[in-house]
Amino acid sequence: MSDTHAHAVAYVRDTMLPQQPPPASEAGAVKWMRENLFSGWFNTILTLVAVYIIFRLLSGSLPWFLGGIWNADSLATCREVLDGATGGCFAVLTERWNQLLFGVAYPNDQYWRPTLAFVLLLVAVAPVLYPKAPRKMLIFTGLYPFVGFWLIWGGTIFAPLVGLLGFVVGYLLFKQVERQSFAGGAALAVVGALVTWWAGGFLVGAAEGVIALEPVPSRDLGGFMLNLILGTVCISLSLPIGILLALGRQSDLPIVKWICVVFIEFIRGVPLITLLFVANVVLAYFLPPGTNFDLVLRVIIMITMFASAYIAEVIRGGLAALPRGQYEAADSLGLDYGQSMRLIILPQALKISIPGIVNVAVGLFKDTTLVSVISMFDMVGMIRGPILASTEWNGVYWELWSFAILLFFVVCYSISQYSQWLERQLQRDHR
Amino acid sequence: MSAQTQMKVSDEVAISIDKMNKWYGTFHVLRDIDLTVYRGERIVIAGPSGSGKSTLIRCINALEEHQKGRIEVDGTVLSSDLKNIDKIRSEVGMVFQHFNLFPHLTILENCTLAPIWVRKIPKREAEETAMHFLEKVKIPEQADKYPGQLSGGQQQRVAIARSLCMKPRIMLFDEPTSALDPEMIKEVLDTMVSLAEEGMTMLCVTHEMGFAQAVANRVIFMADGQIVEQNNPHDFFNNPQNERTKLFLSQILGH
Repeated sequence: MSDTHAHAVAYVRDTMLPQQPPPASEAGAVKWMRENLFSGWFNTILTLVAVYIIFRLLSGSLPWFLGGIWNADSLATCREVLDGATGGCFAVLTERWNQLLFGVAYPNDQYWRPTLAFVLLLVAVAPVLYPKAPRKMLIFTGLYPFVGFWLIWGGTIFAPLVGLLGFVVGYLLFKQVERQSFAGGAALAVVGALVTWWAGGFLVGAAEGVIALEPVPSRDLGGFMLNLILGTVCISLSLPIGILLALGRQSDLPIVKWICVVFIEFIRGVPLITLLFVANVVLAYFLPPGTNFDLVLRVIIMITMFASAYIAEVIRGGLAALPRGQYEAADSLGLDYGQSMRLIILPQALKISIPGIVNVAVGLFKDTTLVSVISMFDMVGMIRGPILASTEWNGVYWELWSFAILLFFVVCYSISQYSQWLERQLQRDHR
Repeated sequence: MSAQTQMKVSDEVAISIDKMNKWYGTFHVLRDIDLTVYRGERIVIAGPSGSGKSTLIRCINALEEHQKGRIEVDGTVLSSDLKNIDKIRSEVGMVFQHFNLFPHLTILENCTLAPIWVRKIPKREAEETAMHFLEKVKIPEQADKYPGQLSGGQQQRVAIARSLCMKPRIMLFDEPTSALDPEMIKEVLDTMVSLAEEGMTMLCVTHEMGFAQAVANRVIFMADGQIVEQNNPHDFFNNPQNERTKLFLSQILGH
């Protein structure tokens, strides 16, 4: 600088300035706190008030959590141990752990089966949720419903095998006839599958006990396991059905459109709890006497119908949001209806619909607790019934309900976080 | 009729439209359209907005349904039979005003989708064809990007390449430059000119009269859903006959 002439306008730099750290007050935690917590007298007051509230909340609840009793066989013992000190009686969770997760009636020595089914569920779901997972895993995903069924309900392995065989036969028949006629292929596939299942029924009847796990009837399922079963099955069934309903509602074929509109509007117009009562009691009157239609299956059908009507409307919103030009471009390239829906329209419509679909899925999962009202012992049913009604644990509300809240929150929050991650993955603009 | 014979490029008929009528509800948009397009012809359709130009070319690949009359494309009569419609659509390429690229697919996937699924061409081969046409529209380096990352002019050139990948025998252009910034219009028109030079049968709805003068071998003027005048570009621009044509040309060329 020194060699620049005092009056000269032209200027040439001869030494470059080295990089310097910013002043301490302009970096790191100090800067963040000054800008976010103490940026003015009013905000400073708010910050102090908030800190005080948080302090009061924690000082009230932390001793309760930290001083909790984890080993006791009844509320009375718990209170004896506490001897007037603050502390939760979490012993109810450890003592009734298996009941909370699996219900009262599931055979104790078989708990490994639903546990294994849950672990395998995570494996089966991975390739569906993560596009980067190996595609070959989808084969396992396809087999999982049968594996999961066998593990949870038990019985001879031929029951799920025949179920699987029916689908395979139907698919092969469909592939044979698909070239000539799509509708004919579909009809033949349904007939083929039904015949396989009917004939397989005799095999299953005869092979009772061959390569069998101890059978567990549906009424013995309970606890959080029941919520997970209902949630998983109903969400995975209601998504494809919802897509079909949404497309059907847009269809040019008047009868298809009419059926879909009536179904959606009717199901949306009634409370889920009434549908569950219908499933529980009323449905029996419409079935021939002596038929034993599984209660869990009836509940699954009702919840699935309910959720698919909502999902159909969410997806219809996504379809409506697509510009007409997308349909026209697909048409102008000669894609047929199925191709343009599968390759062009649905990928975009579903992406738009993700927040709505997740909303329905989370709501559905929480609504599975409603089955406690029709005297099934899911998590909520377990707490309200066998546990709180027992002489040992009568009155342990906070600990039990906090635990139920925590479990549901973990699952629902995970679903929500996953959906946000997925939305970012599918982001295609301005990258 | 003698004038038309003189203008045709080949004797082979690509499209023949016979007494075609279309209504939107009770509104009569297209009235008694008669038009024969010969193989290799480049036709520009002009006219004021609402005259039915776009509707006319959208009827040719059945994006719009006509209610009366007969359309024959490449020897196939357009009927309500879906197989028939899909066949015609796979032979006729279309370029839209708003590009209508598929935003969830890369440029390359946009171009290979229809060949793979409609023409059942192996993926590798379809990709080679796609790269060939992307080079022709001069944007092979964008193949792995998504449409949202491209400029309007680039998107429209991709849309042209996407149509060409189906190896169509006829190309329809529905105001391909109307949604573009002025400096991007030229790059799209250049692509269309080179396409015309290769002998592609083209029907273009456009307001680019320079393009019409340079490339077209017939200009059709439409008003109120009817063909009012058609002629070779030289006579059309220099010696218009109908009053509506004169008015339109004076408005469009006046500045």
